[in-house]
Amino acid sequence: MNELLRKFPRSMESLLDILHAIQDADPQHHLSDEALQAAAEYLGAPLSEVVSTATFYTMYSRMPRGRHIIRLCESPPCQLLGGETLLDILAEDLGVAVGETAPDGAFTLETTSCLGACAEGPAMMVDDRIYGALTKEKVLSVIAEVRRSDATR
Amino acid sequence: MQPGSRAPAKETRIVLENCGRIDPESLSEAVKAGAYKAVTQVVREKRPSAEITAEIKRSGLRGRGGAGFPTGVKWSFTAPGDVKYIVCNADEGEPGTFKDRLILEGDPHKLLEGMMLAGYAVGASKGYVYIRGEYSLSIRRIQKAIDDARAGGYLGDAVLGSSFAFDIEVKKGAGAYVCGEETSLIESIEGKRGYPRLKPPYPGSVGLWKKPTVVNNVETLANVPAIIARGADWFRGFGTASSPGTKVFQILGDVETPKAVEVEMGTPLRTLIEAFGGGIRAGKRFKAALLGGAAGAIVGPGALEMPMDFDGAKERGGVLGSGAILVLDEDASVVELLHGILRFFRHESCGQCVPCRVGASVLVTLSERIRSGAATADDLERLVEVARTMQATSLCPLGQSPILPIQTAVDSFREEFEARMAKPCGAGA
Repeated sequence: MNELLRKFPRSMESLLDILHAIQDADPQHHLSDEALQAAAEYLGAPLSEVVSTATFYTMYSRMPRGRHIIRLCESPPCQLLGGETLLDILAEDLGVAVGETAPDGAFTLETTSCLGACAEGPAMMVDDRIYGALTKEKVLSVIAEVRRSDATR
Repeated sequence: MQPGSRAPAKETRIVLENCGRIDPESLSEAVKAGAYKAVTQVVREKRPSAEITAEIKRSGLRGRGGAGFPTGVKWSFTAPGDVKYIVCNADEGEPGTFKDRLILEGDPHKLLEGMMLAGYAVGASKGYVYIRGEYSLSIRRIQKAIDDARAGGYLGDAVLGSSFAFDIEVKKGAGAYVCGEETSLIESIEGKRGYPRLKPPYPGSVGLWKKPTVVNNVETLANVPAIIARGADWFRGFGTASSPGTKVFQILGDVETPKAVEVEMGTPLRTLIEAFGGGIRAGKRFKAALLGGAAGAIVGPGALEMPMDFDGAKERGGVLGSGAILVLDEDASVVELLHGILRFFRHESCGQCVPCRVGASVLVTLSERIRSGAATADDLERLVEVARTMQATSLCPLGQSPILPIQTAVDSFREEFEARMAKPCGAGA
């Protein structure tokens, strides 16, 4: 943890970057109490300030999440193109509701505001990658592909 | 409206001129395409900084983030001081908007040059690009462009060997629509919750770290190099008298060819939808369009001749906003569209001020009653009334915005709302 923190200047300006870095490095993609404490100590800031920032932004999670995070766009352009039914398809395939993590720890299902992929909507983001022009078949094949590449790792 | 039945419409590209034509990760290709020409000339000739601001003022360039405030005037309001900042607002989050992403990913050096010229004009030596966290590729590309520009001598303590110092840093957001509001964005760079500040004071006098700060949108800054290189008169040759230049529009939804195009300001809405968007999908009829994103206006067929520039749109009950144009065909429901927008505002309300926090929630409750057929006759009026109260009392544009889609939707599609109120959900629009 300290090695990770040392890359950043000891200023509150670094806080969002630090929280991103901690979360990206964590296998469960979340911000634990210990991590937030370490960030506060490193910055010489009150823990309350660090927690205040960490709980404001939707990309940060205080709860442990799965190895892969699926974010389906729920903004009006994607909804108009059938985004809402895709959420049901994802929820059924993964066996979780929005905000939940599958028991095997593989996936967390989330919704997101506009991903800026509206010309290819409906769109979703799996980890760092955006997939557009989604249909039921495409959603299921993307998930299957992620499962396959996990299995061969 | 048959797709392909008319000659392909022609774009007028200024900010997107190099997108798709150069390798965005190559400094040399960007330079060959004209990048850093304007700033090189300005620095070499030691042009007075006031001249740069004056040129931008004369050009009539207005903020492309949506508000349309004159950019040169904003720059001239920057308070005196030793330390000032240029902040590029790349927190693109307005639903249906991806114009800034195209510039960030397609021609990042153009944006960097625009920031350098802004820094030169107002006397700032540090710039920040605040990019929303979901834009992974944009973040990588702009960071590479900064590294390359630094190595190439364009950024640093002595820009091109001159006495002008300017450097740029990327700041990654973390998922908050409200951070597109300039003071929230500043708070976020400072490592805090993205709560908007009270204005005044404006960022031009008290901004980042309490220093004078210019906050400009990506598309705005990307116009600056061409204006300085070719002059204000050249720029005024495009668009309308009160909105010179071009605008990037995103034509989406029920159209044949959803896409982004850069055209002259004042291009009629009909041309954008029919000539560029390919017309309504599957031969259907046009019903409505949401202009400018969630904080936008919902207009009907009567608005198709609307000239799409800041004043032309406003005069006819529309709005330019971010340039997003979400098209609905005859089968789509305005009630459902508005409900989606109101859910968005409820989710994105930051919770700092009471009118927005409570109001955004009440709006969804009322809208839910309307769409499920459980509303009483007064509920539609209450929807408007609550939004109007939010407009009058909220701290920032987020809470002030829902009135716009609500009022325009109710004005143009009252019958659909009333029909829906008398029927259960799913019984037709």
